[in-house]
Amino acid sequence: MVLKTHDLACTRGGIPVLAGVSFALAPGEVLLLRGPNGIGKTTLLRTIAGLQPPLAGSVDCAPDAIAYGAHADGLKATLSVAENLSFWAGIYGGTGIAPALAAFNLEKLRDRAAQNLSAGQKRRLGLARLLVTGRPVWALDEPTVSLDVASVALFADAVRAHCEAGGAALIATHIDLGFKARELDVAQFRASETAAGGFDGGFDSGFDEAFL
Amino acid sequence: MIRLFLRDLTLAIRAGGGFGLGLAFFLIVVVLVPFGVGPESQTLRTIAPGVLWIGALLACLLSLDRIFQLDFEDGSLDLLATAPIPLEAVAGMKAAAHWMTTGLPLTLAAPALGILLNMEQGFGWLTLSLAVGTPALSMIGAFGAALTVGLKRGGLLLSLLVLPLYVPTLIFGAEVVRRGAEGLAVGTPLALLAGITLGTLALLPFAAAAALRVNLR
Repeated sequence: MVLKTHDLACTRGGIPVLAGVSFALAPGEVLLLRGPNGIGKTTLLRTIAGLQPPLAGSVDCAPDAIAYGAHADGLKATLSVAENLSFWAGIYGGTGIAPALAAFNLEKLRDRAAQNLSAGQKRRLGLARLLVTGRPVWALDEPTVSLDVASVALFADAVRAHCEAGGAALIATHIDLGFKARELDVAQFRASETAAGGFDGGFDSGFDEAFL
Repeated sequence: MIRLFLRDLTLAIRAGGGFGLGLAFFLIVVVLVPFGVGPESQTLRTIAPGVLWIGALLACLLSLDRIFQLDFEDGSLDLLATAPIPLEAVAGMKAAAHWMTTGLPLTLAAPALGILLNMEQGFGWLTLSLAVGTPALSMIGAFGAALTVGLKRGGLLLSLLVLPLYVPTLIFGAEVVRRGAEGLAVGTPLALLAGITLGTLALLPFAAAAALRVNLR
């Protein structure tokens, strides 16, 4: 197992949103997190990535194993595609950026400033960052937002290659990525209403939407 | 770590990075002072050390909120927090890059502005005091920026938090210049100024990293 959670509970804005999340991820496996908007997929991924401490339970994972991919791509507008990617490669002590550029069809854009990229191109650059991290577990938050069909296929190929090389991926997504993968419905782990701040019957979907 | 430092320098120098903003502000403040207090050369000479130090301090303050806010907004801070470099090093490197783009140009420009304020001697002490004192301004500022990183319009709160913490550096920095300009011994204030800088460099990266961790939750 490269990643295992045990009875994990996470909070968002001080309110428990998920409780009792237990799953395991084996090398070479992709686990898709499913669930409606606001159920806590992002919160779960941030907790697993170590950006926030769990309320209860534990995440068992080798240190420095997770590459986190958030909604925001972390690109610097005035740096070129190659400069953005080289920076992250340098931070992770990774190898060259050429394979990552090739995998996401960014070679022709390598000298263009990130501010002049389209939304889909920015996203592809954000995903190419995963390849230069060299980390075994990818924790991705809706990676296919603003990607066209061809780019989604590129992403699916990258995930497949990553898994064949012994990596694993945990992906929160709403779409069909085009390959078979285990799915986990996050809605089943929803924290109970009393745990969610002690509201009696006043905890409706509109309320937690505001916090997620 | 050095990659982060170099990236921040590159970003500051490119369009919209704000390099030179602090320096221009410093220049304008110092040039405006004689208009405000009048042209008597003796008065100007007396207040020159304090004016130069307060100008440097305000110029430093101007770009503080950029240290972490931009990275927070575009998501790089989350990614840096999960990267293999420790957050303490991130805070230290970002403060160092801020000093290179703000504190160092101020230090180098100060003697020329000293002439505008009719200083006659002690230019060496002026440069030395700023070189020794401004790293503390950047490091304390980075700590303040880390505290306010998630806040909308946090720049104002940042100023309120950081300016009181600048007081010791201001007192001893200006004292070094005053004594230097009058030809007195500067050893004691200079040693205290250096002590404050070394203390902030040793402790505040840890405090800044702790504040960032809380704000990233």
